[in-house]
Amino acid sequence: MQYIDNVIFLILLVAGFGLFTKSLLKIYRNIQLGREINRSDNKSERWETMARVAMGQSKMVKRPVAGILHLFVYVGFIIINIELVEIVVDGIFGTHRFLSSILGHSFYSFFTATLEVLALLVIIGVVVFFIRRNFYGVKRLTMKELFGWPKHDANWILIIEFALMIAFLKMNTADWVLQQRGLLPEHGSFPISSTLLGPIFSNFSDGFLFFTEKAAWWFHFVGILFFMNYLYYSKHLHIILAFPSTWYANLEKKGKFNNLESVTKEIKLMMDPNADPYAAPAEGAEADVPSKFGAEDIFDLNRVQLLNAYSCTECGRCTSVCPANITGKKLSPRLILMKTRDRLEEVGKNIDKNGKFVDDGKKLLNDYVTKEELWACTTCNACTEACPILLDPLSIIFEMRRFLVMEQSAAPQELNLMMTNVENNAAPWQYNQADRLNWAND
Amino acid sequence: MDFTIKTMAEYAAEGKAPEVLFWVGCAGSFDDRAKKITKAFCKILNKIGVEFGVLGQEESCTGDPAKRAGNEFVFQMMALTNIEVLNAYEVKKIVTACPHCFNTLKNEYPSLGGHFEVVHHTQFLKKLMEEGRLKIEGGAFKGKKITFHDPCYLGRANNEYEAPRILLEKLDAELVEMKRCKTNGLCCGAGGAQMFKEPEKGNKDINIERTEEALSFEPKVIATGCPFCNTMMTDGVKHFNKNEEVAVKDIVELLAEAEDL
Repeated sequence: MQYIDNVIFLILLVAGFGLFTKSLLKIYRNIQLGREINRSDNKSERWETMARVAMGQSKMVKRPVAGILHLFVYVGFIIINIELVEIVVDGIFGTHRFLSSILGHSFYSFFTATLEVLALLVIIGVVVFFIRRNFYGVKRLTMKELFGWPKHDANWILIIEFALMIAFLKMNTADWVLQQRGLLPEHGSFPISSTLLGPIFSNFSDGFLFFTEKAAWWFHFVGILFFMNYLYYSKHLHIILAFPSTWYANLEKKGKFNNLESVTKEIKLMMDPNADPYAAPAEGAEADVPSKFGAEDIFDLNRVQLLNAYSCTECGRCTSVCPANITGKKLSPRLILMKTRDRLEEVGKNIDKNGKFVDDGKKLLNDYVTKEELWACTTCNACTEACPILLDPLSIIFEMRRFLVMEQSAAPQELNLMMTNVENNAAPWQYNQADRLNWAND
Repeated sequence: MDFTIKTMAEYAAEGKAPEVLFWVGCAGSFDDRAKKITKAFCKILNKIGVEFGVLGQEESCTGDPAKRAGNEFVFQMMALTNIEVLNAYEVKKIVTACPHCFNTLKNEYPSLGGHFEVVHHTQFLKKLMEEGRLKIEGGAFKGKKITFHDPCYLGRANNEYEAPRILLEKLDAELVEMKRCKTNGLCCGAGGAQMFKEPEKGNKDINIERTEEALSFEPKVIATGCPFCNTMMTDGVKHFNKNEEVAVKDIVELLAEAEDL
């Protein structure tokens, strides 16, 4: 019976990580539904970008208050998770504070003290975030598009992180008081716990302290497993996906939109005076023809765009700088990513249920994203500039415009006129090309 | 114009090639307001003695508005035709006063076979200034308040924030920056083919929002570096009935005025 703790621990550990792996594989499968895109060039620049933007948080600090608090939570979270190593070893082998035996007394003290300070910073961070989000009225965090799950999700994350840190400090305090009473061997240094909770805890009985230490330890462990598996349902996936998203980010100039190769072939053929208009297509040429121009559904988007949709943490920095959104239009770049993810998850569930995707009569375009939103975009790139993890909602908007125009001829009438003018008069207005130099003689 | 504008065809007939091709663009060719920008730029080039040619009737839209509206066919049709013309004249260097033409020629033409050195007029003039060929003394603007509106397709799209500012500083004016400037610049509302359609429903138009911000500094001049921004800001200033007090001018117009051209 003495091993029952260890066995339960092991079962939870395997189940927790197993479930998490399953979720990750599902996300990977869903992303693979998108079109292939080659973004493996310039590897060194990609690693550098990821290190700078995702690990170094270089774009977060543009808004200093949110940036610094985010840094607390980020650094705290990463370092505190080193604690997980100790938890796992202790849990499996029934040891107590295993790392103290290998790190040496002074280094272990340094380690625990650092964790304590960071835990406090995380607590400060999440408390301020909670207040900011719910009571302070930051516009991008209180917009209508966040009502419902996105808002609850955000709060749950903050509450879970808060609870985890409190459990961590409680565990340390109980441990520390027991050390003072000589009931546990001396190890580590707990500057925050001993001063903040220590005075209260020193009134408790030995038994209660042992129980609290153990309970907090279990709570912390189960909490981490829960949090990990909660990610799949949450906007908080960015803590993992920010890394691949920044690695696969578009490194080109923001103004450079891709040229569709299939169109180039077509037009070159059209312009070639020697081309035989009746020639049968060459063997295998049909495979080159894309099934569709632009994007109507998630299958037509590329994999980086789908990865972006999963990575978005709905902070709304993009929307808060979008000129269309600022002036009251329906377009919100954040919502474009959120809707893309919603549709992607819907398709994923469809596949889970039916084994493969069975047409559900819905599309990303129209059922999720409306034309009105798409046509309001000025392609100014403020959204892509603002995104702390280099997501690109503009490219999704642009692909859907392509679908509207090239597949459905569904551009606003004025734009149809403009395009006809470009085609016929070589200018967006109806002027003669022959008059192009008139200004020189005015 | 009191000097002749030569076309590439004329240069070719003489068996010569100019130092640079000036890509005028649709707005610069046809829009009455933007034509003034075109002329101002030509006057400066003429004064310094930069040999430049234009395509004239052989120029056509770069395809930018069609592309950004989503029409890749029309875009590439324009692009491939333009590239054939440019390559036929063996064009090496292009300067343009339109950030949309600039961006498209520079970034989207190479993969279609058009490889040119493309610069925005502010970059070109900055270079000339550094080389000592262009001298600016801004008597007319000394101490006057000027604010510069960053064009998205020069700024965020191509990371050029300095060239326009360096030129403006030479005017000895008081350059005030709007809160939303450089990487945080706010669009004038014309990009992405919006110029050619009515805006979607909202609380206000984007150019009104932007002009409001610019006017809050009570500048004498709102400087622009794009013919479309120029139109949008001019409309905005008219909307607030400030067109008597505040001028909307392209940087080359300011330079030409400073030189009394």
